Amino acid sequence: MDRRSSDRTSPQSSRIGWGDAVFKATLTAFAAVIPLLFLALVGRLAVSAWPTIRAFGVRFLTSSTWDPVANVYGAAPMILGTLLSSLLALVLAVPLALGVAIYLTEFAPGWLRRPVGTLVELLAAIPSVVYGLWGIFVLIPLLRAYVVPPLQAVLGWTPLFSGTFFGNSMLAAGMILAIMILPYISSVSREVLAAVPPSQREAALALGATRWEAVWSAVLPYGRAGVLGAIVLGLGRALGETMAVVMVIGNRHDLSASLVEPGITMAAVIANEFNEAAGLQRAALFEVGLVLFGVTVVVNALARLLVWRVARGSAVGSRAI
Amino acid sequence: MAERRSRLRAEQLTALYGGTAAVKDVTLAFPPNTVTAIIGPSGCGKSTFLRCLNRLHELAPGATVRGHVLLDGYDIYAPEANAVAIRRRIGMVFQQPNPFPTMTIYRNVAAGLSVNGRATRSETDQAVERALRGAALWDEVKDRLRASPLALSGGQQQRLCIARAIAPRPDVVLLDEPTSALDPLATQSIEELVQELKREFTVVIVTHNMQQAARVSDFTAFFYLGEMVEHDETARMFTAPREERTEAYLTGRFG
Amino acid sequence: MISLMTRRRLLSRVMTGATVLCAVLALLPLFAIFGDLVVRGASSLNWDFFVKTPAAAGDTGGGVANAIVGTLIIVGVGAGLGLPVGIGAGVYLAEYGNGRFGVLVRFLADVLTGTPSVIVGVFVWMLVVRPMGHFSALAGAIALAILMVPMVTRTTEEMVRLVPHSLREAALALGFPRWRATAQVMVRAAWPGIVTGGLVAVARIAGETAPLLFTALGNLNFRTNVLQPMQTLSLQIYVFATGPFEEWHRLAWGAALVLMSIVLVFGLLARFVTRTRFRDG
Repeated sequence: MDRRSSDRTSPQSSRIGWGDAVFKATLTAFAAVIPLLFLALVGRLAVSAWPTIRAFGVRFLTSSTWDPVANVYGAAPMILGTLLSSLLALVLAVPLALGVAIYLTEFAPGWLRRPVGTLVELLAAIPSVVYGLWGIFVLIPLLRAYVVPPLQAVLGWTPLFSGTFFGNSMLAAGMILAIMILPYISSVSREVLAAVPPSQREAALALGATRWEAVWSAVLPYGRAGVLGAIVLGLGRALGETMAVVMVIGNRHDLSASLVEPGITMAAVIANEFNEAAGLQRAALFEVGLVLFGVTVVVNALARLLVWRVARGSAVGSRAI
Repeated sequence: MAERRSRLRAEQLTALYGGTAAVKDVTLAFPPNTVTAIIGPSGCGKSTFLRCLNRLHELAPGATVRGHVLLDGYDIYAPEANAVAIRRRIGMVFQQPNPFPTMTIYRNVAAGLSVNGRATRSETDQAVERALRGAALWDEVKDRLRASPLALSGGQQQRLCIARAIAPRPDVVLLDEPTSALDPLATQSIEELVQELKREFTVVIVTHNMQQAARVSDFTAFFYLGEMVEHDETARMFTAPREERTEAYLTGRFG
Repeated sequence: MISLMTRRRLLSRVMTGATVLCAVLALLPLFAIFGDLVVRGASSLNWDFFVKTPAAAGDTGGGVANAIVGTLIIVGVGAGLGLPVGIGAGVYLAEYGNGRFGVLVRFLADVLTGTPSVIVGVFVWMLVVRPMGHFSALAGAIALAILMVPMVTRTTEEMVRLVPHSLREAALALGFPRWRATAQVMVRAAWPGIVTGGLVAVARIAGETAPLLFTALGNLNFRTNVLQPMQTLSLQIYVFATGPFEEWHRLAWGAALVLMSIVLVFGLLARFVTRTRFRDG
């Protein structure tokens, strides 16, 4: 048995192994950018926020004072404002988005699904600043003329709707946000519902359920984790929206429960004040950014876990993102 | 069985997925310019065995190989052996025709040539024509070498894959159930082709269709549950199998 | 007294109608916004609009030439930085990404796609603007690139994973080294999908404003130097919309119409790429 080793271990073959190593190393370097970016973001934000973290500690999150002159900063109004605006957006968007998703997966005629679906997704293509523009010159006048007066006539005594409506308000911000997050919730919900095996619906129908009952009691429960993930995804987007909010919310630092009054969110305050800020104020804004980043990371991680578990494929929702 | 000088020879080959052995201790020789068919019920390890012959099996996660495979006397599983270089000496055709969709017919056939170093334009032209003729496809595609392979029928695509595999003039050609995705007419043309191929190459064909094995092969090996049960000249095995299990399979009692 | 069956049937019809209503309500703002863009923006579109820079505050006329060019430059540089990294990371995840490092990268990429763009803006301010000492288009492009990378990574990975394994096996069986099987066969087969994902990401960043507020800042003049502040359509819309002059408001609508058109063009290109490939078979 002769062991000729001519072309098996020739110089050319060792060059090939080297090619594999270089290729993989290059790609690994590109992939490593992502975790490095994440660490850099967290690190940089934390370091830049350190002065106010050290100065105010936990009080930063609970205090309502934002005084650049006295150099005292508290982020409670913006944290609450972010939560309130996002919550309002969810309340308005979720029923509509789910309705659209159910319509498109269950009731719409086949030829209508793709065009309507595409149109709804087009809402996600509109830049935030264009939403803001429309909010200032179309939505707010509309609210002022047709929506707020009747609303205040009926509910003006409640803390949610008391006060004077000047246009820029939490209500306007919440409504714009609702329109902006609707396509995300709807498209991910659509994919989740489409992934439910048809046999689930058919089993319910075979038992004598009406079409709606089949959806409500068989299809929706099956996809409920994914739909919840879609909602959380929408929440994540609402928390971070900046331009449309800063253009319609009024940017007032007071803590107010009323929707018709101006408000402030974390993203909006950064956009509004960062370029003019210096020293401790800038550090305060960095700390606001750090809090916002932390919140969105947690929310997005949660959304991903929920959607991942239910829908097939690892990139469901990445198209919506 | 007379021991002829073998081009390719497996010795005590064992192939595992994790802890389970799919191929157990198989010793089998493939004489030059012959067609050897490997038959057996599904799950008996014949495809796994085939993929050990060109070191494709080890690429599956958790897969390991023990034993030796000798190509012209050289153990392709030797520690210093280069798997990529070895795969250039052994060609493979798969069950589903899989031409490269982004390459023209010409580039598909030439794909294996480019890895062996630079060739002049005319050298490549000649090699492509020779391979396509060898695959009985030249007359059908010679006017559309720049077309997409996806416009070809299933049988034509498979012959294109055969042309691609033989273009680099390998020593051995492995075929993994090459006709199971094709219609009867296309199957027939591939079977005729296999008979032609043995003039230049050593051919090993895995098939689940024992009539096909009887039609095209000179030698047949019967696998069952990972073991090679019997190996003989095709004519002799099909008329007078020595093992009981072989006879049971051939007469259709199982599989 | 209506029977239970009739009530259930009625509920089903009502709820079905409710979902239709939801679809209509959801599309109302879309048509309203697009309608307003066309109606209010069209009046601004004239030759001057596309070739002139903004007029002095309060004067009529002027245009957004600097913003249009600025958008193209910053988006172009940003894509030039972000696309290679995103595609490279995506190919890594598809071919080598089944280990723990791959799982980590994939998870963080998903998390990063949801990061508010304003935070990326202040991050790049600290990283680039501060050391440089001034705002610049380059800083803006870097911010946009950072936003693009996670998006492009995931879409690229998805596209490469869709390519059938047997193609890689056929390449390996021919004696292709691993890297060539990946680069010349797998990535090439996935290329139309990768391009689509890239175009969609470019469309997204073309509309961004927040990260540019602290990086590119904006510029009233026509500038093409990437090391200086630069204007984009998104920034211009923000300035005009929140300014005190009626004329500015009118111009904001025109700029918004142009920006929306650019975004739509990229989106249509993306769909076109996918469709032609399918036609080739």
